[in-house]
Amino acid sequence: MRHHLLTVMVTASVLLAIASPASAAEVEISLKSNGFSPAEVTVPAGEAITLTVRNLDATPAEFESKELKVEKVIAGNSSIVVKLRPLKPGRYVFFDEYHEDVAKGTLIAK
Amino acid sequence: MIAALIIVFREILEAGMIVGIVLAATRGVVASRLWIAGGIAAGVLGSFVAAACIGVITAAFSGMGQELLNATILSIAVVMLATHNSWMSRHGRDLARHVKATGEAVSAHRKSLAALAIVVGLAVLREGSEVALFLYGSIAAGGSSALSMMAGGMLGLASGAALTVLTYFGLLRIPGKLLFPVTSALITFIAASMAAQAVFFLEQAGVVTTLAATAWDSSGLMPQDGFTGSILHSLIGYNDQPSWMQVAVYILTVFLISCLMRVFRSHSSRLIQRAISGSHLPVAR
Repeated sequence: MRHHLLTVMVTASVLLAIASPASAAEVEISLKSNGFSPAEVTVPAGEAITLTVRNLDATPAEFESKELKVEKVIAGNSSIVVKLRPLKPGRYVFFDEYHEDVAKGTLIAK
Repeated sequence: MIAALIIVFREILEAGMIVGIVLAATRGVVASRLWIAGGIAAGVLGSFVAAACIGVITAAFSGMGQELLNATILSIAVVMLATHNSWMSRHGRDLARHVKATGEAVSAHRKSLAALAIVVGLAVLREGSEVALFLYGSIAAGGSSALSMMAGGMLGLASGAALTVLTYFGLLRIPGKLLFPVTSALITFIAASMAAQAVFFLEQAGVVTTLAATAWDSSGLMPQDGFTGSILHSLIGYNDQPSWMQVAVYILTVFLISCLMRVFRSHSSRLIQRAISGSHLPVAR
């Protein structure tokens, strides 16, 4: 009986841990006319970050950053969520691979 | 136009090289061209489907659908490549020596061919869907630039095909005896590279979190998207900022496939020895 109770408690705590991840700073940027706004965004260093990228254009984009280790397609008029692990202080460049010449931005971790 | 050419070429570089290597690895195998063409066709078709469903794919698995799909595609390809190399290390030498193929060898070739056709299809699917989205975006954007973007995209596809041809004929210049070991080695490295890329997507999805620190940064020395970097990335999986986990999985994959090949090879030489000593297999005279 005690054994069962233990199992239930462990399961519940595991489920809770999955359901409520450690608090992450939330940042949102958008992509319009093949440009990021804001093109420079500051985030706290050493904290997990949830980055939402909204594509306000009707055409698809590919959000990419080698430094942030992200590569993700965004359909037209939709958004993606990227979970970033705690970053060291510094500047991290990101871009839309389909329009790399114009669509560039920087994430600054402080 | 040049920008579109470069984007499309960069996207399909890896698939283009894989097709070239697979073509060289299966040269002379009955129906291999048909299988590979089938793989490419299925990959192209799949690309359009994946591009059309990108919204659904992205939303799946609480927004991590793209990452998990990529990781799955890459993992299947790795298993197929490992299987191919194992089978071929048992039977490839029969083919190289022009020994009359046994029934078992023929069936192994057929299975191996199917495995490679799947790899080709998956490689084309993964990179083709991004090209399809890019080209769709170029058309949808309309205006005068749409036409030149499309032209650039088509030229990019053509350069990818040219790279396939170049890889194929380049490999065929290798003397017959060495071709099999070289293509086997290349396939091993491609498998390791794909395994490391699967780790990249699992890390991005937050599934893999251990050993996530960057092992080295050689982007200043040789950027991965530069000329040499891209070619090395496609051939042996060069990465200018890998995580330690990616490095570990890369090495582990090379090690495991090499072990598998050795095990299968020693098994095959035992069979041959038994055949020669005439213990139970008739020897052709």
